[in-house]
Amino acid sequence: MSSLPRVVITGVGLTSPNGDNLAEYRAALLAGKSGVEPYHIRYVGDTIAGVCHFDPLRHQKRKALRRGTRAGSIGIYCANEALLDAGLDIEQRDRARIGIYVGITEHGNVETENQVHEVSKYDYDLSFWSHHHNPQTVANNPAGEITLNLQITGPAYTLGGACAGGNLGLIHAVQMLQLGEVDLAIAGGVSESIHTFGIFASFRAEGALAQHADPTKASRPFDKDRNGIVISEGGCLYTVERLEDAQARGAKIYGEVVGHHVNSDATDFVLPLAERQNECIRAALARAGLAAGEIDIVNAHATSTPLGDVQECNALRAVFADSERIHVNNTKSFIGHSMGAAGALELAGNLPSFDDGFVHPTINVENLDPDCDIRGLVLNEPLKVDRIDTILNLAFGMLGINSAVIVKRLQG
Amino acid sequence: MNREHIIEAIEDIIHTIAPDEDLTGMDPDVRMREQIELDSMDFLDIVMELRKRYGVRVPEEDYKELATMNGCVTYLTPQLAEKELKLSV
Repeated sequence: MSSLPRVVITGVGLTSPNGDNLAEYRAALLAGKSGVEPYHIRYVGDTIAGVCHFDPLRHQKRKALRRGTRAGSIGIYCANEALLDAGLDIEQRDRARIGIYVGITEHGNVETENQVHEVSKYDYDLSFWSHHHNPQTVANNPAGEITLNLQITGPAYTLGGACAGGNLGLIHAVQMLQLGEVDLAIAGGVSESIHTFGIFASFRAEGALAQHADPTKASRPFDKDRNGIVISEGGCLYTVERLEDAQARGAKIYGEVVGHHVNSDATDFVLPLAERQNECIRAALARAGLAAGEIDIVNAHATSTPLGDVQECNALRAVFADSERIHVNNTKSFIGHSMGAAGALELAGNLPSFDDGFVHPTINVENLDPDCDIRGLVLNEPLKVDRIDTILNLAFGMLGINSAVIVKRLQG
Repeated sequence: MNREHIIEAIEDIIHTIAPDEDLTGMDPDVRMREQIELDSMDFLDIVMELRKRYGVRVPEEDYKELATMNGCVTYLTPQLAEKELKLSV
């Protein structure tokens, strides 16, 4: 693998329930500020969710906003912000050599539910079904909307990876850059999931929808009293480049993607499997040429479900039992589960650690579940450390998909 | 609705569909698509809004009658005469 080009992250564009750019988001994570709030959606009624508050008109005209999807709008915001952050002027780039790879958990449910609701007002007369439904619900919609907005003519598509989607987008970007398919990638993940009542209803039917009198305390991975997932929307897209290209243009470099892996449990539709997560982490470490003891931060996927968190902790316990440098944190405790965005967004929250030397905590842990008591947990308050060199970002999803990304401070 | 109301109704629908466009100074005898940014999907939106707001069903063979503002008024006058103006909020 050493012969493959090195690939780095050079820009971050994001919207999270607790921040609309990396600086705001990082400050919220260090200050313990949640982004979960009361939320209402048809049929489900009053519930809670992580809601983003970015201004979509910053990069989009009103007509495009009306015609497109929320996932497309989130993608457009994040892509434009990432390019700005990276100091990349695409007027000066060959637009055919830019790839857009957007991880998603699902797409189209929101728009289909809305259309069914609309025609229900007309006694299900399908002449009232919108001609916009097809372009809104094709699986490439969020990526395609970004191409329309930025006039990018290179490959652009989504990667359906359930809640591992955000990691998949980044991993795919690395691969395409290493293959020479593109010269610049805009990659990560997005989610519009809070706009589909079905996802709330389904998690509730599974007994996996978080409830708490205080919305900001509802997402509580590793805590004994956790009772489920807080559903969130969000997005995070990176500009990703080959190291030599980034250095040639004097780019700011957030970190190098040195390792990654994706595998499958092949055991259950919903239930995770620690053994396969363990294998996924070890394979990513092997690709990176790193020992477990060389990882400084593990951003756990933990979604605040009773079973899932324990499975992941079992996997982490097995891999990192002897790791003296390890710190484990979790972002969902702040923002809930941003689904397709989660992998990318949660990595972004940790990237500033290379510069500021802090590990953001997992919040809302009032009574640590003994089954989740693993080495290196950073609970409730940020931890200042001497130096952070490596981050392992985990994202797992339904149908047993596991993903791991390792980002390293740029060296050499 | 009289002629003025029908023009107001059409302009309100277009404003909903193409909110970035300035409709002032449009020539009622020139094709609207030559004066503002309207594509075929927008046109289908106009037809859909006429159906939703006023119950007017425009068959595909008649779409050409709606190309200009005056064409809209002529075509829609018989169908909207007894209807009340409904403006978007």
